[in-house]
Amino acid sequence: MEKSDYLRLYKQMVLIRRIEEKCAELYQQGKIGGFLHLYIGQEAVGVGAVAAMKQQDHIITAYRDHGIALAVGMEAGVVMAELLGKATGSSGGKGGSMHLADVSKHFWGGHAIVGAHLPLATGLALSFQYQHNDSVIICMMGDGATNIGYFHESLNLSKVWKLPIVWMVENNQYGMGTAVERASAVGEIRQKALGYDMANARVDGMDLLAMKEATAAALEHARSGKGPFLLEAMTYRFRGHSMGDPERYRKPDEIKKWQEDDPIGQYHDHLTKKKIATAKELDAMEAQVEEETAAAVRFAEESPNPAPEALWENIYA
Amino acid sequence: MPQLTMREAISQALWEEMEANPKIFLLGEEIGVWGGTYAVTRGFYDHFGAERVKDTPIAEGVIAGAAIGAAMGGLRPVAEMMTINFAFLAFDMIVNHAAKLHYMFNGQFKVPVIIRAAGGGGRQLGATHSQTPDVIFAHFPGLYVLAPATPYDAKGMLKAALRQDNPVLFIEHATLYQARGEVPAGDFTVPLGQSEVKRQGKDVTIVTYSKMLQISMEAANQLATEGIEAEVVDLRTLRPLDLEPVFASFKKTNRAVIVEEGWKSFGVGAEIAARTYEACFDYLDAPIKRVAQLEVPLPYNRELEQSAIPKAADVVRAVKEVL
Repeated sequence: MEKSDYLRLYKQMVLIRRIEEKCAELYQQGKIGGFLHLYIGQEAVGVGAVAAMKQQDHIITAYRDHGIALAVGMEAGVVMAELLGKATGSSGGKGGSMHLADVSKHFWGGHAIVGAHLPLATGLALSFQYQHNDSVIICMMGDGATNIGYFHESLNLSKVWKLPIVWMVENNQYGMGTAVERASAVGEIRQKALGYDMANARVDGMDLLAMKEATAAALEHARSGKGPFLLEAMTYRFRGHSMGDPERYRKPDEIKKWQEDDPIGQYHDHLTKKKIATAKELDAMEAQVEEETAAAVRFAEESPNPAPEALWENIYA
Repeated sequence: MPQLTMREAISQALWEEMEANPKIFLLGEEIGVWGGTYAVTRGFYDHFGAERVKDTPIAEGVIAGAAIGAAMGGLRPVAEMMTINFAFLAFDMIVNHAAKLHYMFNGQFKVPVIIRAAGGGGRQLGATHSQTPDVIFAHFPGLYVLAPATPYDAKGMLKAALRQDNPVLFIEHATLYQARGEVPAGDFTVPLGQSEVKRQGKDVTIVTYSKMLQISMEAANQLATEGIEAEVVDLRTLRPLDLEPVFASFKKTNRAVIVEEGWKSFGVGAEIAARTYEACFDYLDAPIKRVAQLEVPLPYNRELEQSAIPKAADVVRAVKEVL
């Protein structure tokens, strides 16, 4: 990687963090409605995964989708406008926090029913295979989705048909408020791939560069025609499941322990220790992100609401 | 004009469209090597190959979901659910995803997927394999729900469905596969979302669709021997629902009987009756009558099962009650 690549990834993680901190504020002010699931703590997973994608690759995710949206390069203003339900939002204000997407960036959306986007990813991968192109789709999901029927149906079919998919489990230790070991018969989720004779690996999801490397290997496997790969990223969300989460299920010292592994802090240290960038350069980048975040909020707040006619638009193609 | 069975008509539509458009492919349980449990796709696997005629595991969720995803990715999949009863296992995919992706992402994705499913009762398959849940799917905006009753409509509507960009549930009545009808050779389509008057009459309007068209036509022919001329309107598409021909007919005859195979509660007949009262109240000369399946899960025993499904005699009786 060039220095500019290292810096770009740092900036993406910081942008996700700042935008989401702002989201939490706007939610408290009642400007963002519905559910709001923050990605804070998991930035290295999404940014690392996207950084490993080649131009022809695709990605789809679940409802915790802001991180992927920003990592693929969706404009922060357009993301924020969607969260505020504005006409300039990526889904014209009809999707909200859980339904960001940008097909031009090969991002097939956040999907809000747990596990339901896995069959869709299977179909998208099938469309690549059918058209004999060289694309792979990364399907991000939470640990909770691995207990759902769709997970098993999709893994099985993807293996039978040798589809170009990377099943990426973001194991953030909790499905809503239920710890992985209380919901999943298998604590080490990557083992679920073994039931389908599927290649798999586990990676430190707090380590951006490890994420990027592991994803690149998984993509390569899937691209080579060997079929799908399941990658389990060990991570943690620093905030609750959603903004309505009273967080009675985990202790402050557990959160503190994980926060010591903060993916942004770790990567910051890596860049400075390895003398890839100076602290000053990174500070400057953070200041730039602050400005970008403020501009995104301004854009979103100043954007118009969807016109009344929009209610009736796009029911049918 | 050549006579075809419904099975042949559906099969021809798929075959011809697949020949014309390489983006169309089939997936489902036993559709390939086996040739389809209702033999609609017999011969397809040998002709089009395993790439385009894809046998799947018995897993309806991912069959429907993979079809929807492939449609998002630019293909035109036709997924066979074997029976509509199994489509309940894919219900989330059909109503939460196929029906909503285009709207929820503001037009970014098109989902030109076709889900074929055989429906209806009368074959002694017991309660879970004999249902007519068409209306449940028709409840959802964003879907097309098609239920043709003749080989001509089946071929023309399936072809039209394969040439447009919306998700479609294509319901084939399992007892109609052997039904014969005239189907012209050569290419033609039948527009989606249009009801059609299948029999002209002046005394009463019978509104129906799918298998119940046959029953209604039989009833109309019996009534004609007694000098009663029934007009029969075939809905063909349940969503979007085209009631203009129904209203026009009703304004002409002033009396209506609605015939459906599904249960009466919250059913197709309930919807049409309510809308007819809203639109044509002043033209009513009698309360609307509904003929529908008895409110029981269908039993296995032949006599019991048959007694629960509407017959021509039930339609004749209902017509006489509104006259």
